[in-house]
Amino acid sequence: MNGALTVRNIVVCALLVALVLLPAYVKLTGNIFVLTLFTRIVILGLAAVSLNLILGFGGMMSFGHAAYLGIGGYAVGILAHEGVYSGFVQWPVALFASAVFALVIGALSLRTRGVYFIMITLAFAQMAYYVIAGLARYGGDDGLTIYKRSQFFAPLDLTNKVQFYYVCVALLLGAIYLVHRLVNSRFGLVIQGSRSNDLRMRAIGFPTYRYRLTCFVIAGTLCGLAGALIANNTDFVSPSMMYWTRSGDLIIMVVLGGMGSVVGPLIGAVALLVLEELLSGITEYWQIILGPLLLLVVLFARGGIDGLLSQIRARAGA
Amino acid sequence: MTTLFIEQCLNGVQFGLLLFLLAAGLTLVFGIMDLVNLAHGSLYMVGAYFAATLTAWTGSFVLGAVLALGATLLVGMAVEVIAMRRLYGRDHLDHVLGTFGLILFFDEAVRLIWGPEGLSLPLPSWLNTSVTILPGIQYSAYRLSIIVVALAVAAVLYLLVMRTRVGMLIRAGASSREMVGALGVNIKLLYTLVFGLGAALAGLAGLMQAPILTVQIGMGENILILAFVITVIGGIGSIRGAFIAALLVGFVDTLGRSYLPDILRLVLSPNAAATAAPALSSMLIYLVMAVVLVVRPEGLFPAVRK
Repeated sequence: MNGALTVRNIVVCALLVALVLLPAYVKLTGNIFVLTLFTRIVILGLAAVSLNLILGFGGMMSFGHAAYLGIGGYAVGILAHEGVYSGFVQWPVALFASAVFALVIGALSLRTRGVYFIMITLAFAQMAYYVIAGLARYGGDDGLTIYKRSQFFAPLDLTNKVQFYYVCVALLLGAIYLVHRLVNSRFGLVIQGSRSNDLRMRAIGFPTYRYRLTCFVIAGTLCGLAGALIANNTDFVSPSMMYWTRSGDLIIMVVLGGMGSVVGPLIGAVALLVLEELLSGITEYWQIILGPLLLLVVLFARGGIDGLLSQIRARAGA
Repeated sequence: MTTLFIEQCLNGVQFGLLLFLLAAGLTLVFGIMDLVNLAHGSLYMVGAYFAATLTAWTGSFVLGAVLALGATLLVGMAVEVIAMRRLYGRDHLDHVLGTFGLILFFDEAVRLIWGPEGLSLPLPSWLNTSVTILPGIQYSAYRLSIIVVALAVAAVLYLLVMRTRVGMLIRAGASSREMVGALGVNIKLLYTLVFGLGAALAGLAGLMQAPILTVQIGMGENILILAFVITVIGGIGSIRGAFIAALLVGFVDTLGRSYLPDILRLVLSPNAAATAAPALSSMLIYLVMAVVLVVRPEGLFPAVRK
């Protein structure tokens, strides 16, 4: 994130400005669908940004990140079901529950590495999925309808689409700033050092396990926030929001956007969800195009979209 | 009571052996090619769909199953040549993403070819009976035949990998791809065959499970997670570990589902037990996995890695 006027930085700035100005466009054209779509994109972008903290910077290939979406969402849903509507209660509970889950899962999973880590995070997330699907009191498999959105102080009204969108955008920008500060801090450098060479980091005296666990918990908590937002956005929570393929979607966003950068996952979220929208307009069987496309991205565009944009700069500069 | 218990134990063995077929392919491919294949569940699904269609065409369950097995083998080899081959030596994250793309492709392709409704694979009458295994104890002939077939496959797999020349090359290829290639072995072809073998094992599991459950899109995704749990418990890359872990998981899962409600009723109120039992019984195998990981992070039988 240097201040240079490169193609990549211009695209990123344009994207952020477009996100902020989107409600004005919606007001002018009356195309409310775009606002709904982008609210979802911004929320999932927040989830992807949180995943990138452990995946891109920490090298921890978590395949269970959607579990926090479910936990955050269900924290809001269950409290609303029990008659607690205050966001000042719901949201902290959502964050706390996600943090506790991340702490337990992380403490066990981080004992392992590589492919074990992928499979274990996947399995624990599925466990959470089955537990929530087994909660008969809260709808089980069928999910839980939320009749009242989280309530905050007077002028802020989450049922207002534009206000809710700005809340999401503000939280997303806050999360991006937080991750940016984190990865450039001493803490972030230890995490990145541990990704490149854990043995060496430990040899020079860093208890990397604790650093990595802290990082894992921060990422999980941030994603729990995205879960609380989803619950408010759809007024409905169901176990399917934490099914393992959802975790796959989040990983796709991160890799598609570019793992090496803080805003990459947001670019990936926008690209993936807009692409889904466009492809499903072409054919009912749009996944048959998306699947091989992913394979091609993996094979030929390793740095993701952010990497491609940066290459344009490199080529122009040469 | 004892009759039911024996029956549930046999169900556990049957489920465990079925999971072994799936996990064996997964762990074989990982152990030898160092490849994480999420699309393994798709091959399981493809095997079941092939079997349902081919049985309907030929009118014979056995013929349909054999043809389906061959077809899944070919699909697996084609997938290896077209996609997997390019993923060897890449980061595991690339494997996860690429094969996730394959899942989307397979699910949608199946929807396109067979339609969104599930199929059913009816059993022939000679399998759709029960046999007396012990005096006074009846058991489904079909489930018993799954046990027999899976045990036979496990034995053949063991002999193939440990006692034949091809198996020797496979094991050699696992420890050093370059060296085996330098000695004049066509390692590319060998890998294609191994991947096809793994696909056929997944297809076999799928087509044998098909008459018990419905054949539907996404059927491979749930069971894939179980196969992952098994490979993690057993030690990734170890077929012996997969065998023991699969039996363990099959047993724990089946017995947990049938007896946990009764056990919970002893300590909880009937109402609380009825609520907690389904959630707890689906958690059970993950708890087993967590315990194994705490004791032995590399799994029960870690394969010797370079």
